[in-house]
Amino acid sequence: MEYILLIISAIFVNNVVLAQFLGVCPFLGVSNKVSTAIGMSGAVTFVIVLATMVTYLIHVYVLIPLGITFMQTITFILVIAALVQMVEIILKKISQPLYQSLGIFLPLITTNCAVLGVAILVIKKNYNLAEGIVYGGATAIGFGLALVIMAGIREQLELADIPSGMKGVPISLVTAGILALAFMGFAGLV
Amino acid sequence: MSQMQNFTKGFLKENPILVLVLGTCPTLATTSSAMNGLGMGFATTFVLIGSNVVIALMKNIIPDKVRIPAFIVVIATFVTIVDLVMQAYVPSLYETLGIFIPLIVVNCIVLGRAEAYASKNSVWSSFVDGAGMGLGFTGALGVLGAVREILGSGSIAGFKFIEGDGILVFILAPGAFIALGYLIAIVNRINKA
Repeated sequence: MEYILLIISAIFVNNVVLAQFLGVCPFLGVSNKVSTAIGMSGAVTFVIVLATMVTYLIHVYVLIPLGITFMQTITFILVIAALVQMVEIILKKISQPLYQSLGIFLPLITTNCAVLGVAILVIKKNYNLAEGIVYGGATAIGFGLALVIMAGIREQLELADIPSGMKGVPISLVTAGILALAFMGFAGLV
Repeated sequence: MSQMQNFTKGFLKENPILVLVLGTCPTLATTSSAMNGLGMGFATTFVLIGSNVVIALMKNIIPDKVRIPAFIVVIATFVTIVDLVMQAYVPSLYETLGIFIPLIVVNCIVLGRAEAYASKNSVWSSFVDGAGMGLGFTGALGVLGAVREILGSGSIAGFKFIEGDGILVFILAPGAFIALGYLIAIVNRINKA
């Protein structure tokens, strides 16, 4: 039951993009087509779950015993960068089709603040490993959901007549704002 | 380009937020009031200047193949400094900004300037570039924070000028997206004219 609440809260109530503002850059950049959005969310889910697991273990078994928790930021970002690189290499060797569909998104993920953000939040909120992984996975699904909805809207938006100054980023931001307003309806659900 | 132009390009013409649309996450998250926005802006400016100068100093030592990880380590070092200093001297601001202080490390503006500018230019130019870009970032954050604070809670920098609440949605998440959207539209218009 606890895990179900955690999942619903991370996907809908505290949606990572629309309520916590993590991962807004790829949200604005990649959400032009539904198919790309799905690819990106797949890659992000994979990396977030893996990164949460590894950074948690490093935090508990390396940083705390050595008393160097102030090195958290540096360690985590390097671990994430290395991890993304590794996933890319492994994926290329094991599954060519998967690499074809996710590969181009992987380099972008290192600078996706959702990955580092979730890793730090899991430590801040004192989750244990299982809760951390569930939270990470659910957050990633929330990211994917926002990305896919946004892509669907933007595909339609291309047909609309938009004033020249509002074209591109501004209209996307306003749309995202209205989407966030809709997601606020989930508040109080958990 | 003169140093003066180099300094001021970040204000409007190449403003990192309003024109290049980089670093949107901290922009949206920390601008619920003008003071928070400015606090975040100055923290980022410090990191930007520090990393720009150090990277410009080391540009000939860092091998080309590992430059990105090397840049990230330099940036993360400065972020850690800011993190510890703010925790010690401005604990309340540190609490409000929360997770977005360590997240300066993945702010695209910082790595972007390191890669696009500091790794190719002299130390002094990189310093000026970092300061200009940082102040442009801070300015945009301050303006967005002020707009949201005025509309959302009817106050400016903590001084209330109306009774009761403002348009609450502007201090909540949706207001951040909408306010930034219109701000970018206005700057688009100014830059085109």
